[in-house]
Amino acid sequence: MYMKVGLFIPCYIDQFYPKVAIATLKLLEKVGCDVAYPLQQTCCGQPMANSGYEHLTGGCNDNFVSNFAGYDYIVSPSGSCTLHIKHHLHGTNETAATEIRSRIYELTEFLTDVLKISTLEATFPYRVGLHQSCHGQRGLHLAQMSELVAPPYSKPVQLLNLVKDLELIQLDRRDECCGFGGTFCVTEEAVSAKMGKDRVADHLRHGVHYITGVDVSCLMHMEGILKRANSNVQVKHIAEILTATV
Amino acid sequence: MNQLNLDHAHAAIEFNKNEPRVDWHDETLWFVRTKRDRAVAQLPEWEQLREAASQIKNHVLSNMHDLLAQFEENAKRNGITVHWATDGAEHNAIIHDLIQKAGATRMVKSKSMLTEECHLNDYLTRHGIEVIDSDLGERIVQMRKEPPSHIVLPAIHLTKADVGETFHEHLGTEKGATDPQYLTEAARQHLRETFLTRKVALTGVNFAIAETGGFVVCTNEGNADMGAHLADVHIAAMGFEKIIPRAEHLGVFLRLLARSATGQPITTFSSHFHRPRPGQEMHIVIVDNGRSRQLGRPDFRNSLKCIRCAACMNTCPVYRRSGGHSYHSAVAGPIGSILAPNLDMKLNADLPFASTLCGSCSNVCPVKIDIHDQLYKWRQVLMQEGYGPTSKTVSMKAMATVLESPRLYRMAGKVGRGVLRFAPVTVENRFNPWYNQREMPEPPAESFRDWYINNKKA
Amino acid sequence: MTTREKILASIQANQPSLMPLPEQFTFTSLFPDLTKQFSDSLAFVGGMAVVVPDYKAIEAHLKEHYPALTNVATTCPELAHMADVILDVADPHELSGLNLTIIEGPLAVAENAAIWVDERQLPHRVVPMITQYLVIIIRQSTIVANMHDAYKKIQVDTTGFGTFISGPSKTADIEQSLVIGAHGARSLIVYILP
Repeated sequence: MYMKVGLFIPCYIDQFYPKVAIATLKLLEKVGCDVAYPLQQTCCGQPMANSGYEHLTGGCNDNFVSNFAGYDYIVSPSGSCTLHIKHHLHGTNETAATEIRSRIYELTEFLTDVLKISTLEATFPYRVGLHQSCHGQRGLHLAQMSELVAPPYSKPVQLLNLVKDLELIQLDRRDECCGFGGTFCVTEEAVSAKMGKDRVADHLRHGVHYITGVDVSCLMHMEGILKRANSNVQVKHIAEILTATV
Repeated sequence: MNQLNLDHAHAAIEFNKNEPRVDWHDETLWFVRTKRDRAVAQLPEWEQLREAASQIKNHVLSNMHDLLAQFEENAKRNGITVHWATDGAEHNAIIHDLIQKAGATRMVKSKSMLTEECHLNDYLTRHGIEVIDSDLGERIVQMRKEPPSHIVLPAIHLTKADVGETFHEHLGTEKGATDPQYLTEAARQHLRETFLTRKVALTGVNFAIAETGGFVVCTNEGNADMGAHLADVHIAAMGFEKIIPRAEHLGVFLRLLARSATGQPITTFSSHFHRPRPGQEMHIVIVDNGRSRQLGRPDFRNSLKCIRCAACMNTCPVYRRSGGHSYHSAVAGPIGSILAPNLDMKLNADLPFASTLCGSCSNVCPVKIDIHDQLYKWRQVLMQEGYGPTSKTVSMKAMATVLESPRLYRMAGKVGRGVLRFAPVTVENRFNPWYNQREMPEPPAESFRDWYINNKKA
Repeated sequence: MTTREKILASIQANQPSLMPLPEQFTFTSLFPDLTKQFSDSLAFVGGMAVVVPDYKAIEAHLKEHYPALTNVATTCPELAHMADVILDVADPHELSGLNLTIIEGPLAVAENAAIWVDERQLPHRVVPMITQYLVIIIRQSTIVANMHDAYKKIQVDTTGFGTFISGPSKTADIEQSLVIGAHGARSLIVYILP
C-alpha cells in the first residue's frame, strides 16, 4: 500500500516542541508511510477563530490549502488543530479545501483507523497518565466520552497498550478539561490555571512518572504548572512514547 | 467585592482568591455530575431519549405559533386567564396588576428563572409588594440579598456555615448552628406560615401542554404546590418556549429532567395544573422577552430547547471554578452564555469567552443543544459586531498577518523563540498572565522546519 | 396590534420551516419484577414500600409505625375508623393541622416510584403536601414499568389537577446534604396490595 502523507505540524509544535514533530515523522515512517513536510506551512488559524476572528483566517486557510492539496492523507500530532481544519477550513479553492477536510487525521486515529496498527516496537517502563484532550476526544471522537451512555473505547489507549512495560493509570476524572483553551489560558488566567492545577493533581495522586496526550497545547499548559511546582513529573506527547525504546 | 459588576474573567479572579473554597465548590458540583452519570447509566435508551426530546423540541420551535395558539385556546376553555408580555417590564406590570386586583400586598413565589430574568422581585418590592421565595435555596439567597448562583441549586455557592449565619440573623436559629436538618426545619416552619397566609402565589412552568391547555410544575420540596393550592390567585409565568405538543411527550421530558439535574429518577412532585380549584383564579403569563428574536437566529435558535436542568453547569469545569455569580446573568453557565448575548450583546459579550469549548455541556444536555458550538458562533458574531476591545482586534489582525505569511511566521519564530514572545497564547496581553502560575517551555535551538531541512530534505 | 398579536406575529416570522415530530418517543423498560423495582426505586427516593395482603395488615403496620397519632385522616373507606379528622372541609387552610393522611393511588411507576393522584383521590389538592406524614395505598396490578406506560394510562386533564408523587418531600439546597421533609410530607409509606 503506497500512500502519500502530508505532515501538518502546528505552529507552536514547530517552534517549541520540534521533538514531538520529529517523533511523529519517525513513527509514521516506521509504520511504512511516505511522509512529506510541506515547507511553507504555518498555522491552522484556530487562535484567531476561537477568539472570535474566524473572518481573519482567510490567509491562513489559503496557505494551508496550497501546502496540503493533493495528499492522500494529512496527519497531525494535534487533535485540536486537526479538528479546526476539519470543521472550519474553507478557501479560495473550495474544492481543494473540501478534499483536505475529509483527508485530515489526528495521528492516533490515523494509526488505528486507517493503518489499523496492531503491533509497535516500543518500550516505556513508566507509570503514565493519559490526558484526554477535549477537541480530540469530544470533537474527533478519539475516545468514548464519560457523559454518554455508550460502549467504551479509546484510540490512544489502544496504542498505549501496544507499548511494552507501560503502566497506564486510571484518573479520578477521566476526561475533564485541563483549562488550556487557546487564548482562554491568558484571558481567563485564574480559571485556566486552576483547572490545570486540578488536572495535574489527579495525575500526581495516582503516582505517574509521565503525563501524555494527543495535544501538545494541553501538555504545554500542564508542563508549565508542573515546572512552577518544581515537580519531576514530565509531559510527553503520545508520539514520543510510541517511538520510545529503552 | 460584588462579582455582578465585573466581567467574567475578573469575577473569576475574585472567586479564585480562596482556593479551598473553589475546591469545595468544584467538588460539590462534580458530586452532582456523578449522581447524574449514575442515574442516566441505568437507562440503556438514554441517548435515544435525548434524541427524541431534541426532535420534539425542534418540532416545537418550528411550530411555535400554532402550538401557542392551541395552548391558549385550551387553557381559556379550562378557565385559565392567559396574558402575553413582550418583555420583562410588561411581565412585571401584569403580575403587579393581578396582585393589586386580588387586594394583596404579599406574594409567595416558587422557583421561576423567568422572574429572575425579568427582575420581578425588585420591581414588586419597589412597588410595595412583599415577595417571599419559597424554594429553600432561593429563600436563603433572598435573605442575603443575592441572586441565585445556579438555576436548580440557587445557594450552591454557600456553605452550611454561611446558611447558618443567615438563618441566625433572619430566622433566629442558634448561633453557630450548621446542621442542614436543623436549618431546613427552621425554614420549613417559617415558610409554612407564609404558605398559609398568602393570597397570591406565583409559580414557574416546566412544561405547558398545547393539546390540553395545562401546565406542569416540578419541585422536590413541594413548595410550588403548597403555595398554589392555598392561594386564592395562582399566577404561572412562562417563557413561550416551554410549550410541548402533547401530554404523552411528558414521558420523555420527565424521564430526562431530574436525572439530568440531580440524578433523581424524577422530582418528588410533578404537578399537572389544568383548571383552577373552585373559587380560585388561575393566570398564565406568556413571555417573549427576546425569545422570538432568538428564534429568528438560525445558529442560536435551538438554545430555546433548554428545559433548565442545569446539567451543563454541573459538568462545566469553568462554572465549577468561577461560580454562578461570575456570569452576571439570571441563567449562568454554558447555557446562560448562549442565551444572554441575545438579551444584551454589549453587556454579555464576555460570556461566550468564559469557556474552553471542551464540549462536555453539549454531551450532557438532555435536549442535545449544541452549546459549545454556539459559544464559538457567538464569539464570531460579537467580534464582528464590534463588541471586542480595540486592542484585541488590533493584536488579532497582527497575529493573522504573521500567521498567514510563511516568511513573516519564520521571522517571528526566530526572534520569538529567543525571547519567548511568539506564541498565540501571549499575543494579546502585554503583561502575559501565562506566567502568573505557569512556566513557558524551554526554547529549543531550532524549529522543526529547520531540523527537517538540515536532516531530512537532502 | 395587541401584545399577543405582536408576539405571535414575531414568532410566525422567525420560526423555521416545519420539522416533524419523532416517530419513536416511547421506550420499553424491562424489569423482571415490577413490585420489587417500584420498592427499590421508592427506597432510593427516601420512601418505604410495604407489600401487604390486606387492609388489616396496613392498619397493624401503621399502628406500630405511628403509635398514638392524632389528626389522622383518610379517603379510604376500609380505614375510615382510624381517622379522627375529616378531609371534607370547605377551606384547605383548615387542613394545616393534619398529621397523617392515608390516600389511594390509582397508578404507580416502577422506574421512579412515582404515584399518580388526581382530584378523584384528593378532596383538596394540598392534602399530600400539607400533611406531616403521607401514606399511599396502591395495588400491584396498577404498577407500570415507566413514564411512557404511565402516560398511556392516564388522562392528565380528567380533573383540574393531578400530580406524580415520588417519595417524601426533600431538599439538598444546603451544601447538597439531603434533608427529607422540606415543605411537603416528612415521610411516605406506600402499601402495596395484591
